[in-house]
Amino acid sequence: MAQALIEKLDGWGFHWLAQQGWIVYLLIGLVQVALILALVMTCVAVYTWMERKISGRIQDRMGPTRVGGRFGWLQPAADGLKLLCKEDIVPAAADGLLFRVAPYLDFCAAFIPFLALPFAPGWVVQPLDTAVFFIVAIGGLEVLGVILAGYASGSKWSLYGAMREAAQVVSFEIPLGMCVVVPVLMAGTMNLTDIAEQQRGWLWNWNLVNPFALVTFVIYMVCATASANRAPFDLPEAESELVAGFMTEYSGFRWAMFFMAEYCAMFLLALLGAILFCGGWNGPVPIATWLGLAADPHHWTFLGFLGNCLGCTNLIIKGVLGVIFMMWLRWTLPRLRIDQVMTTCLKYCVPLASIMLIGTMATVFVVRGGLASPPPHKTEETPVKQRTESPLSLRERVRVRADGTHAIDSRLPSPPAPLPDGKGSLVTPVAQEGVS
Amino acid sequence: MQAIHWDSFFFLFFALMTCVFAIAVVVSSNIVRMATYLVASLCGVAGLFFLAGAQFLGAMQLMLYVGGTVVLLVFGVMLTAKGPFVSMRSGGGQWIVALLVGGSLLAVLLQTVAVVQPIAKSRPVAEASADQPTTTQLGAGLVGVRTDQVGQGSGNGGQTSVYAGYLLPFEIISLHLLVVLVGAAFLARAKRRVAPREQGLEL
Repeated sequence: MAQALIEKLDGWGFHWLAQQGWIVYLLIGLVQVALILALVMTCVAVYTWMERKISGRIQDRMGPTRVGGRFGWLQPAADGLKLLCKEDIVPAAADGLLFRVAPYLDFCAAFIPFLALPFAPGWVVQPLDTAVFFIVAIGGLEVLGVILAGYASGSKWSLYGAMREAAQVVSFEIPLGMCVVVPVLMAGTMNLTDIAEQQRGWLWNWNLVNPFALVTFVIYMVCATASANRAPFDLPEAESELVAGFMTEYSGFRWAMFFMAEYCAMFLLALLGAILFCGGWNGPVPIATWLGLAADPHHWTFLGFLGNCLGCTNLIIKGVLGVIFMMWLRWTLPRLRIDQVMTTCLKYCVPLASIMLIGTMATVFVVRGGLASPPPHKTEETPVKQRTESPLSLRERVRVRADGTHAIDSRLPSPPAPLPDGKGSLVTPVAQEGVS
Repeated sequence: MQAIHWDSFFFLFFALMTCVFAIAVVVSSNIVRMATYLVASLCGVAGLFFLAGAQFLGAMQLMLYVGGTVVLLVFGVMLTAKGPFVSMRSGGGQWIVALLVGGSLLAVLLQTVAVVQPIAKSRPVAEASADQPTTTQLGAGLVGVRTDQVGQGSGNGGQTSVYAGYLLPFEIISLHLLVVLVGAAFLARAKRRVAPREQGLEL
């Protein structure tokens, strides 16, 4: 992407900027991160308001009504201002350094996965082939921030909360990982863009229609709720038992960081679930395809841009619905005991997820005749012209689309000349692997 | 104005992060801080993997090593904490011995690494990795298969030697870790044998 932009800048007459390539790279990085941060932070602000409103309605109250008009929509701004003005306290018994670092670690672990999450075809900060695995791996680091916060506070309530968090999250990571593998097996790839694109078309192209994936999705939502420390699995926080769990000693902005991390994690897990199971940016009816809004991977077109906007909106709506579901759960179910949490995980989620995993493997094996063979493309009937005309394979096409350049097909290396001493076989596999 | 090569910049950044936090693990005396620094150091290694284009390996590094260190942290807190913050102080004599042993190991490693010719990018790989960086060349170089020296005939003669790749320093580190493991197990057992009666009740 950066190379194409530099060439364009040169063409538009910004020769100085085009020569200073590093500024362009820096600007691209900053703009991408700022966009994602803006989107996520806006969502977090809206979620805090939604949480209050939904909890109010569920408990037959009004929720916020005073700040900003009838629906209290300025409440997040008022909350943020209040938290910024609060005194930042570090307890005398605390380990100062770790106490200060923990909230940032927590927030980073919740935010970094968004860098690999595609919002529409090509709309991803860093297109990774192993995006699913990357997101699960970084998301799992959130527990570190919580444990550090609980330990470094120097308070017994906090330490209890941290120990519960460790037990809970480390156990729930196992079924969560198994659930994520099921759609990966069905799609035959770990690339989130590919997984979502394979579900293009009508509602019955979604992974959710598969009975194994449907059960897996339910388990996934349970595990996601537990991973995000939401009620009924909010044992690390447990207001009525542990004061505020691992957050007891925090105040002001550092406390707000933990809350932002929680809502970030909820949104992330809901978006990941939407991409893996619910068609990603594809609606239940292929309206975008009828209107000719399919994005062209090679050229920027206005129609393609419109299609991407529509897809992005679609995905965010699904993510928000997932978050609303988690809020609904929180204000409906009572908190579980730690033994009930462990029973849910080890006695129900893990065996069920294992059965679904084995079932999916068997299905894939029987239907496709082997786990390694590529999946049949459900998208054959969609009128995207490149699918038939382009000589590139699917993998290459996706990478071309993600980069926005067509550098791949022009740079395919010519086969290396055989060497006089017969060692040509050493070079060939390396060179081919570098491209494929 | 001199252009910044982001690859080099981030390589130096992650390498520095790895080394600085690795030293911090040794210097620090608080168990939980040690574990935190270890996590930061391992994250730096993961960053190096991501930089080299080995995304799966990088994610694996985060998942296994950092996740494993978290469990270590929990055990460190649960099993050793008697006061609020555990600290392990080592005396001056221990520091001298440790510096001697560690320094000699470092000297051996540096010597074995310096013998190896640095890997130059061979033409086909350089062209291919312009689009997508891979670690194939580095991985092959580790075990002594030097793809960058194939075209030059057998002039350097290093291809069959142990010194062709980075296998020897790697094996030295592996052996060193094995010794450390055995030593740790021995130290942990020896403490219990000293006075089983008196300490048995406290457990």
